[in-house]
Amino acid sequence: MGVKNREIRSDDFQELIIEGAGCASCVGKIESALKAVPGVQSAEMNFAQRTVGVTGSANAGVLVKAVENAGYNAKVTSAESEDDVLAEKEEADWAYYKRLMREMTVALSLGVPLMIYSLFVGEMTVTTTTERLVWLLVGILTLGVLYFSGKHFFVGAWQSFKNHSANMDTLIALGTGTAWLYSMVVVLVPHLVPEMARHVYFEASAMIIGLINLGLALELKARGRTSEAIKRLIGLQAKTARVVRDDKQLDIPIEEVLKDDVVRVRPGEKIPVDGEVTEGHTAIDESMLTGEPMPVEKAVGDTVAAGTINKSGSILFKARRVGKDTALAQIINMVKRAQNSKPPIGRLADVISAYFVPVVMIIAVTSALFWLNFGPDPALAFAVVSATTVLIIACPCALGLATPMSVMVGVGKAAEAGVLIRNGEALQTASKISAMILDKTGTITLGSPKVTDVLVAREYDEQTVLRLAATLESGSEHPLAQAIVESALEKGIETGKVSNFSAIAGHGVQAEVEGKTLLFGNEKLMRERNIDLGNFVEKAQVLATEAKTPMYLTVDNQLAAIIAVADPIKEDSIAAIKRLKDNGMRVVMLTGDNRATAKAVAEKAGIDEFFAEVLPEEKSEKVQELQMEGEIVGMTGDGINDAPALAIANVGFAIGTGTDVAIESADITLMRGSLHGLADAIAVSKATLRNIKQNLFGAFIYNVAGIPFAAGVLYPFFGMLLSPVIAGAAMAFSSLTVVSNANRLRFFKAKKH
Amino acid sequence: MLFINIAGIALIALIVWWFWLYKPQQVKLGESDLVITVENGTYSPSRIKVPEGKPVELKFLRKDQSPCSETLLIPELQISDALPANKLKSIQLPALKSGEYDFHCQMQMYRGKIMVD
Repeated sequence: MGVKNREIRSDDFQELIIEGAGCASCVGKIESALKAVPGVQSAEMNFAQRTVGVTGSANAGVLVKAVENAGYNAKVTSAESEDDVLAEKEEADWAYYKRLMREMTVALSLGVPLMIYSLFVGEMTVTTTTERLVWLLVGILTLGVLYFSGKHFFVGAWQSFKNHSANMDTLIALGTGTAWLYSMVVVLVPHLVPEMARHVYFEASAMIIGLINLGLALELKARGRTSEAIKRLIGLQAKTARVVRDDKQLDIPIEEVLKDDVVRVRPGEKIPVDGEVTEGHTAIDESMLTGEPMPVEKAVGDTVAAGTINKSGSILFKARRVGKDTALAQIINMVKRAQNSKPPIGRLADVISAYFVPVVMIIAVTSALFWLNFGPDPALAFAVVSATTVLIIACPCALGLATPMSVMVGVGKAAEAGVLIRNGEALQTASKISAMILDKTGTITLGSPKVTDVLVAREYDEQTVLRLAATLESGSEHPLAQAIVESALEKGIETGKVSNFSAIAGHGVQAEVEGKTLLFGNEKLMRERNIDLGNFVEKAQVLATEAKTPMYLTVDNQLAAIIAVADPIKEDSIAAIKRLKDNGMRVVMLTGDNRATAKAVAEKAGIDEFFAEVLPEEKSEKVQELQMEGEIVGMTGDGINDAPALAIANVGFAIGTGTDVAIESADITLMRGSLHGLADAIAVSKATLRNIKQNLFGAFIYNVAGIPFAAGVLYPFFGMLLSPVIAGAAMAFSSLTVVSNANRLRFFKAKKH
Repeated sequence: MLFINIAGIALIALIVWWFWLYKPQQVKLGESDLVITVENGTYSPSRIKVPEGKPVELKFLRKDQSPCSETLLIPELQISDALPANKLKSIQLPALKSGEYDFHCQMQMYRGKIMVD
């Protein structure tokens, strides 16, 4: 419990690149032009870099205009589309990959023959002068390989050494450097080394450099796959938009679409920015954002979201949110942030990796000293081999990568399923939830009451009854009244005129329609007016136990019908709730309704526990109540009315129906209305946590067990010492293993039923 | 042998002192444009002094191609951002209370500190 972290957003900061500012005096002009824009708090120009930093809520397009009006050209730095950035990154990655592979090939083409020689042909010892000359040549070749293929390790090691820090480069440079230097001493000044220890390790240096480059290259490839989900989201964005300005249609990049621009979208095209339909009607496929497979009908006044696809009609719409304000841009931004955040489970690994490299260096020195003092002959050779192996086998990378790689894939996977996870902490806590509180209205149910039953009396039929009731209620603002009016509209029934309308507070309404006196209300009202209800009382009771609200309609003081209204349970709520319970979760319903309705809904939804008659402000108290009982509580609500309860819960889930996501209010946002999203979210977080644990376990075991092996603990028992080449291979592939294991999460599928 | 042992222990002491005890120089974030270069496994400069209670901006330039250097994390501030290669990237810091804030790459091999006072 406690205060949860919220990201600090730097969204109100924008940077513009200024063109055509040739003199320092332009600075003042540009700054004051920008400051004059409404919403701008400050504008500071960096003349040397030709950039201006602007804080405030003003739209980038307006800022650019302001600079242009002042006589200069401006570009938004972030105006580069995500697509371009991604393409650039991929190009850079590809170049880096090719470089690594090239370096690997060179290193291994020396290392492999040398290793084969050492394994099958002969001992790599130096005794005769010819041998010395040959090995000197090999040594120089190895130096060439270290320079060509391993330069980046040595430069990195030296740079970080100067900075009083140490990293993977340090270990590799020290390990391969030690092996090479020792071998060169053996070749050049053999008398310094005891005869038995005159062994060269050039093959180790070359092999290690080659293998680690190979490992890095493969890891780079595997990493590319971990960001597939975000790539897919970025790919949803349209590149251009067709805006109508001054009666002309222009195709412009979406970065240049301004708020309030009118945009035309034809069938089959992507919606470029968020907006409101002003002309035409169509069906829009929103599945990429909401996971809802059915296209959604849109007419004038409806909102459309960037990234969704227009299926059938041509529409005009007014841009409401552009650039980074669109729901899609916010989703991308949020997923990116979450992918880079760390759950608490990774903290120990972080602490360890901070001290890791110097500790490994100390172990290497200690191990060398140990061999020199107590080791058998040739002690010096053993000391060098063990120190080199310890340096090489230790892999801080695997430890450092274990958590972030899984989080990256897990959060991306969740996003694909329409689940937005705010950060690593939410992900981890979600996997441990023991009790889930579900708000009734809008979460378990649809949130909009509908007419469910019409029971007619005597000569009346459903059409007539609905027409009368709808006409009567057309003046009322009560939600139940609206349900009746809508139901009539849906059936194509037209309402007539009402006169002498009066509301009887808490009971019902009365009016004259088509010359008849109508009374519409609850049983109490009927009793007061002495209406004969006959066997309809029992029918009404049955309806009440089904969580429906029955209301009586009379025409000229004679019973005409019972119309029952209910807020129906979403189709898949029952199955989703069962999934939660199957996971061993305690599911509790929360509602402001009376006990009878609450009980009926809970029973229908398959929930055993409920809190009824809870006032909105009491919701958070109920969350705390469960927390006092020792539960880790998840709270699911609509994110607007339930914000305090969502905030106080261990994990708050906001249900957003459609694309209007309440991103700010919750730890986890479900983009579609279905509760299956909730079960999916929990399944993904469990799978991710499991994956992180596997990775951490692997990395810990690897480093904890690998280092003593490398130092030679097996030698006294089996006479075995790990070869530095094997250590190099093991190191190179350990981080690859971690990344690949994280990649397995991509194939995770939440079970539906 | 005694000499070797003493040398070894001295080496260990040197490692402890160099990597843990020694505090490298700090660079003040002032009016001049300070750019933190990400290259060869380090942030340079890596210790940045920042005034207290004032939002500031840090500029990063990544010249390193290794994938891990791409992500910049400032965990205490919940900041995580991607640094594009060979392009200046500004990171906005909110007004900070005095203290030390670590920043590092995804695997924590690149490390730096923001010192606020």
